[in-house]
Amino acid sequence: MNLALTYTRYELLRTFRNRRFFFFSIGFPLLFFFVIAGPQKDVHSLGGSGIAAPLYYMVGLTAFGTMNAVLSSGARIAVERGAGWNRQLRLTPLSARAYFRSKVLTGYLMAGSTIVVIYASGISLGVSLPLSRWVSMTALILVGLIPFAAMGVLFGHILTADSIGPAMGGSTALFAFLGGTWFPITGSGVLHDIAQLLPSYWLVQASHVSISGHGWPAKGWIVIGAWTLVMAVLAARAYRGDTARV
Amino acid sequence: MAATNSAGIELQGLVRSFRNPHGPPVHAVRALDISVSRGETVALLGPNGAGKSTTIDMLLGLTEPDAGTVSLFGATPAEAIRSGAIGAMLQTGSVIRDLSVRELIDMMASLYPSPLGVNEVLELTRIADIADRRTEKLSGGQTQRVRFAVALVSNPDLLVLDEPTVAMDVEGRRAFWTTMREFAAEGKTVVFATHYLEEADAYADRAVLMAHGRVVADGPTTEIKARVGGRMIRATLPNADLEVLRGLPGVLGVERHGEAVVLRCSDSDSAIRALLERHGDARDIEISGAGLEEAFLQLTSADDRDDAAAPQEAIR
Repeated sequence: MNLALTYTRYELLRTFRNRRFFFFSIGFPLLFFFVIAGPQKDVHSLGGSGIAAPLYYMVGLTAFGTMNAVLSSGARIAVERGAGWNRQLRLTPLSARAYFRSKVLTGYLMAGSTIVVIYASGISLGVSLPLSRWVSMTALILVGLIPFAAMGVLFGHILTADSIGPAMGGSTALFAFLGGTWFPITGSGVLHDIAQLLPSYWLVQASHVSISGHGWPAKGWIVIGAWTLVMAVLAARAYRGDTARV
Repeated sequence: MAATNSAGIELQGLVRSFRNPHGPPVHAVRALDISVSRGETVALLGPNGAGKSTTIDMLLGLTEPDAGTVSLFGATPAEAIRSGAIGAMLQTGSVIRDLSVRELIDMMASLYPSPLGVNEVLELTRIADIADRRTEKLSGGQTQRVRFAVALVSNPDLLVLDEPTVAMDVEGRRAFWTTMREFAAEGKTVVFATHYLEEADAYADRAVLMAHGRVVADGPTTEIKARVGGRMIRATLPNADLEVLRGLPGVLGVERHGEAVVLRCSDSDSAIRALLERHGDARDIEISGAGLEEAFLQLTSADDRDDAAAPQEAIR
């Protein structure tokens, strides 16, 4: 674990220097939070969700930014594979597991900075919660990001440096849209049925905690658990099939 | 040489084939045995497709052999790597971006149990002047030097270099080999792959000649050079009869290039005497060492006949 932490220090340094990362994980959600939630500051129940607009969009855009942070941290493996860097690392005492741990840890630490920035923005638009609700909501978000972290490692192995941009852009846009980042997905339509099967939906649903005090229903845990399992298995398979020269 | 463990590098019976979606499997390496003593500098010499890179990948544990064993100083490749005993510069590859050269070397150093000092490595590989430059802003030659620094930073006992000078200019090559020799002089073991006979001759104690995934010759570089270093006689001789020239003593083959003829010789001394005796009018005579490709054709034509039952060419 020590080597993973050592490596993570440099990973963080590299990530902080990456403008693209800042744009998608922090700048973009920050901008849209103010653009969308700002004018609806006084809406108390957004689209019949029972949640005030600032709170809803704070969580929605936190979901967007953090999802991007953990996904892109893993997906950057594709670029490093393309440069032959993974083969070079295999000649060091840093194990492949430690390398992945470092990628996931970096993604989570960057997600942490997204959370701090967007929460602060939420508070500036009047979001106010008891401390315990902030904590439980954040905990749900961190758990809900696990399948995305595994998906990032999977992307890092099945994509190439060239296809990573469009693939990331497309998948986060889709997950965010169907997850309810831009508007609440409610009612009993097909869209709602599909949305409930996606981990991003449950990320956004973390905002319900602040209203009800309850976490996800069993369905939420099952969806997050199933996505985590499937993504982790696929990522492990992709890694094993990828030891050849690139 | 002062190390407690006297075992060197042993590659025994290595075999490696690759699946080929468009045909029969490619036999990259077939029954390969190489042993290298501690402190020796050995060149793996061969044309493209001889199996050099696949052999190096197996040596480093990056590719599992289908059969055979690899022992590095008595340990497996994975164990040797964990102890920081191996440094390598692979054939292809770049370095990760968004770090300065110094930060990159610092990062690599932090992964090893007993690395060299970062400044020492920067000096040794002559990159101190670009230490603060971002890795994504380096030229091709500078990137190669940084990769060399990455290979040296663990202070390895074994340094493996897979065609390290391919992207370098003449000046860069000379500087690179000077550093490599300084490093080797400390009793380090060095294995490098090249397809330049001159590099093997100038910088290795021993050369292992590979072709079609096999060792076709193995010995001191002077011996190898004598064996593959047949000579060529080139002369302007417009009216010569090629068949007659082919019959001269010491001549293996003859080609015509316009007004000139090129004689491939096993014994150029006898050949030139006989040539001048018969054709006193020959002009612009040049005698030179044969190219490695030429020499390989000679050495490997026999090998091809052995493979009549399995005619596929190795591609790596």
